[in-house]
Amino acid sequence: MPIDKCVSTASDAVADVGDGATVLISGFGGAGFPNVLIRALRERAPKALTLVVNSATHRYSLTHELIAAGLVRKVVCTAARGHDKEPSPFERLWVEGKIELECVPQGTFTERIRAGGAGIPAFYSPVGFGTELATGKEVRLFDGRPHVLEHAIKGDVALVRADRADRYGNLTFRYAQMNFAPVMATAAKLALAEVATVVDQPLPHERVQLPGNFIDRVLAVGT
Amino acid sequence: MRPLNRLQMAWRAAQDIREGMLVNLGIGMPVAVADYVPADVDVFFQSENGVIGVGPLAAPERADTDLVDAGSRRITLRPGASIVDSSWSFAMIRGGHIDVSILGAFEVAGNGDLANWDMRSTRKGPLVGGAMDLATGARQVWVMMEHVTRQGTPRLLEACTLPLTAVGCVTRVYTDLAVLDIAPTGMLVREMLSGMSQAQLQAQTGARLGFAADLRALTAPALMLAG
Repeated sequence: MPIDKCVSTASDAVADVGDGATVLISGFGGAGFPNVLIRALRERAPKALTLVVNSATHRYSLTHELIAAGLVRKVVCTAARGHDKEPSPFERLWVEGKIELECVPQGTFTERIRAGGAGIPAFYSPVGFGTELATGKEVRLFDGRPHVLEHAIKGDVALVRADRADRYGNLTFRYAQMNFAPVMATAAKLALAEVATVVDQPLPHERVQLPGNFIDRVLAVGT
Repeated sequence: MRPLNRLQMAWRAAQDIREGMLVNLGIGMPVAVADYVPADVDVFFQSENGVIGVGPLAAPERADTDLVDAGSRRITLRPGASIVDSSWSFAMIRGGHIDVSILGAFEVAGNGDLANWDMRSTRKGPLVGGAMDLATGARQVWVMMEHVTRQGTPRLLEACTLPLTAVGCVTRVYTDLAVLDIAPTGMLVREMLSGMSQAQLQAQTGARLGFAADLRALTAPALMLAG
């Protein structure tokens, strides 16, 4: 049967995300948040999720709805501080000890996910040495400089937002939408993309920014 | 002369940026530095969400939610700009391809240790973002911060009291009172406000200061803070 990765509804896209899943969610600074898929996941309501997401509290992302709905056991992120004086849903649960936090430097965060999708189980990085985020981690000298051993991150499902897709799952991004999408799509067993438009003709090869072989399902959501 | 305000501190740091540099500006005070680099000077500002060549903020009618910097500000692109994914952006940062990273800070120590990510709040979550990567990977790390806290406690110290961002990384500090280099011998004052004595500056500093043989006056044009 010819390849066609398009699904017609958001609930079809997230249909088999189960309890305890590790969910990688792309988006940064307002660009590339897969908010239609996040909301569909909240409605499906799998329990005890681990979220791997740049910010646990960003005001333009709907990640906080998953947290407020009590679906999240742990968050792996680079930013856990809310914008407001009042605590965010994440901060409230974190202060109460009801949600686990792993705070990761952003370059280490993206590289650990990249490694997860690229067949690299662990790597050494100079970042974090001498800080409390390296506590308990193996340290090794390279060229006389200390480096910290960091382990790859893999996910059960990745949610990404792009601009255009074709039926093969090839993706293009607008401006800064791309951010974590390529590494997250490669590191997850199941990669879901919401896009503004699915085009009828295959995307020109020189325009493809994330090859369709990394994407399992595509949902057109409009702008 | 009065202490510099935040715009004057940004102006002063901008004077040290040279044409051809690739510069990352931290969220908060440092992003204002770009306003004092003339548009016809070829400096590329990198934002860790993957934008290389951040231009001025977008006019409201042209703002695009997909064209943002790491601080979620709606921006424009300068000529020659490009946009990459986070993995490539941090290869640029960690791999030593950024000439200067300008960061805000809570504390800096005389050996160049930096603390700028965790205030130890019991109510607010931590936010590390790209700070550790920038502090570790950039060729030069410049800090912009007020010389003392609102309570008058020194921010320049013999050893940081807050959780570290990176060890021995800071090369230069711009405060409202002085410009200092982190030298092998410790903090070396290059410029300070005219009318201030060395003893007065030392009294507001928690680390022992050295003073450059060619110590200059710290000056900046009158720049008004909005609001």
